[in-house]
Amino acid sequence: MVTGQSVNEFLLPDVGEGLTEAELVTWHVGVGDEIKINDIICEIETAKSVVELPSPYAGVVQALLVPEGETIEVGTPIIRVGDSVEMAAESTAVDGVETAAQVDPAVPAEPLAEPAEAKDADPAEVEQPLTLVGSGPKEAAVVRRPRVLAKPPARALARELGVDLADVVPAREDGVVTTADLQSGDRHASGDGRHVASQGRDAVGGEREYREPIKGVRKQMGQAMVRSAFTAPHVTEWVTVDVTRTMELLARLKQRPELRDVRVGPLLVLARACILAARRTPIINSVWDEEAQEVVFKRYVNLGIAAATPRGLVVPNVKDADALSLPDLAAALDQLVATARDGKTPPPDLAGGTFTITNVGSFGIDSGTPIINPGESAILCFGAIKRKPWIVADQVVPRDVCTLSLSFDHRHIDGAAGSQYLADVASILEDPATALLF
Amino acid sequence: MSEFVQLLTPEGERREHPDYDYRGGPDQIRSLYRDMALVRRFDAEATALQRHGELGLWAPLVGQEAAQVGAGRALRAQDHVFPTYREHGVAWCRGVDPLQVLSLFRGIDYGSWDPVEKGFNLYTLVIGAQALHAVGYAMGVQRDGAVGTGDPDRDTAVVAHFGDGATSQGDVNEAFVFAASYQAPVVFFCQNNQWAISEPLERQSRIPLYRRAEGFGFPGVQVDGNDILATYAVTQAALQRAREGGGPTLIEAYTYRMGAHTTTDDPTRYRLSDEVEHWKLKDPLARVEAYLRRNGFASDDFFAELGADADALGERLRAGVRQLAEPTPHQLFDRVYAEISDELAAQRDAYDAYLATFEGAAS
Repeated sequence: MVTGQSVNEFLLPDVGEGLTEAELVTWHVGVGDEIKINDIICEIETAKSVVELPSPYAGVVQALLVPEGETIEVGTPIIRVGDSVEMAAESTAVDGVETAAQVDPAVPAEPLAEPAEAKDADPAEVEQPLTLVGSGPKEAAVVRRPRVLAKPPARALARELGVDLADVVPAREDGVVTTADLQSGDRHASGDGRHVASQGRDAVGGEREYREPIKGVRKQMGQAMVRSAFTAPHVTEWVTVDVTRTMELLARLKQRPELRDVRVGPLLVLARACILAARRTPIINSVWDEEAQEVVFKRYVNLGIAAATPRGLVVPNVKDADALSLPDLAAALDQLVATARDGKTPPPDLAGGTFTITNVGSFGIDSGTPIINPGESAILCFGAIKRKPWIVADQVVPRDVCTLSLSFDHRHIDGAAGSQYLADVASILEDPATALLF
Repeated sequence: MSEFVQLLTPEGERREHPDYDYRGGPDQIRSLYRDMALVRRFDAEATALQRHGELGLWAPLVGQEAAQVGAGRALRAQDHVFPTYREHGVAWCRGVDPLQVLSLFRGIDYGSWDPVEKGFNLYTLVIGAQALHAVGYAMGVQRDGAVGTGDPDRDTAVVAHFGDGATSQGDVNEAFVFAASYQAPVVFFCQNNQWAISEPLERQSRIPLYRRAEGFGFPGVQVDGNDILATYAVTQAALQRAREGGGPTLIEAYTYRMGAHTTTDDPTRYRLSDEVEHWKLKDPLARVEAYLRRNGFASDDFFAELGADADALGERLRAGVRQLAEPTPHQLFDRVYAEISDELAAQRDAYDAYLATFEGAAS
């Protein structure tokens, strides 16, 4: 970009003694934002850690030079910060003349002492803009993009749709373009018209397919699922159960002071039921050791909970969950899920699980055929609890009903053991008092 | 063995202790607070400078300000300190320019302050090695007759700084043995920040660290490392004991490393944020601020001016780091011996002549 402003580019630093590259995970600023020194501008992920980068410069963000998700080498310019807003050519694919009339009066004028962009400058001079001090045409002649305010998700969507933000009519009074504006498809008449007719699948520049790299959590999930699905022969069984009495129990438990600060929900009772039922059917909590030709029985339960996180599926587990009291188990589950959702699960929490629960009910789903977490032998799928007509003492009455399904490794767990286990779990949910039997 | 020493609670209330007392007035407490605030800014700025790409590495001290400033301010001019690589707060109290500390972490030199003038040795990166250096130095002080004379300007104490992880090192245990055997005038100041990089304290010791001293034959004391009145009082007493010929003391300053081990480390991989949140409530600065405000010993103006001074310090460090002169090849030769040998001088001149053959050579 040819400009005379004081403009600084921040080069990706080596934040960890000898790193050569990093992935730009998230931008925390957008073009047009005013930033101070040491404001956090982005998050990067290196081979060692996720690191927030503070800005070494104060001013207005002119361009983000690296898209999110891209891995770049140390020393690559990532952001351009200047005295005032000057849209960079790269950031918006300028077709200059067409937008020259749209100069936004809100844009601060360049200091006159600074060299301005020369429209008809000699090419040799353009390459050395600093020699142009005071000699170029001033503000009026400058080819300038209008300043369009939008947050990064809206910019990303615009790129995806192939829409020029300047062509979008913002619904908000302050002129900020939102994702809703982009989805409504309302465009400025002054646009070149391409985009007005081009929504959805016909979007110009918007490809009919797009690709995302297989890496990180997604890559791990893929490998783990393939390994499990094609080594352990899966059998899945279902049972539909009336959990009304569990719901009544929960209402009572919520009143108890020792459970005041934790989440008391059906998952907690299910988790407890799964742990108790494993006492009668310990093979559920074992693993097939192919190499040693042995089945390894665990005298502890490291209870995994499949969690959807911003970066994909992870299965952190509560260590020695069988030794925890109900309040401690509740607290441990809360902690596990909160840490996972923040994407901060430490690696030890992901290792060493012995049994997993996947709670598809939280998505409103009735049931499924889950795939066993590698290193384990069974996984229980918890369906949504719904009010349904149910027959109690020959009367049809509304009850809280849900479906449980259990996938198990049929190499060593036979149908009798799997059925016994699933029936035991179901019986505890149907009548929590039967937990006393285990 | 005395009980855990705390003279100011996390809520900013003064506490009595049977063995230790802080006798300074509001002026000195304000001044201690000021040092902690400026050191915290120095540290924050350095951490940011590393992220800017201006420093190769930084070892943050955030959370340990009270331990370091308390220990640093209790010193007398003639005392001598052997630091680790994290004693930025002690360096500050000894009058070392923060830019000299930053120049080390920028990879320009190995430490450019004069250890004799400042009474502050160069940073040691090898874990625990400086404990032996300190004991050796303290035995030298003994042999110079600068212990137990009763002259307050002559009697000298030595401080060895190290962390909880270093207590597992052979060097530190050997230093304990020598210090005890020779009754050396040394204070072992252990900042137990709970984490030896990713290794928790419970892997270092089955007993509180301060109790190890008893087995070596000298007293140990555990002090609230986030309470500057306590760290100051305890260090002052231990230093005085050393100067009078009473021998070594182990101080365990019980504190917490709020940040990463270094800028290369990611603590979220091995510890829970809960723990950090818990220690935030014990912040070393917040309790002093609460105490000063509640008792009317400091006004809003004091804190505003201090904030402005901290901003100015930050600006000075940012600008100063970029202006630090790159090292010249000359320094490789000039800083090896106090007086350069003819042979080395000849090598230096030959190397200069070689460099001069490059296009655009500076000299």
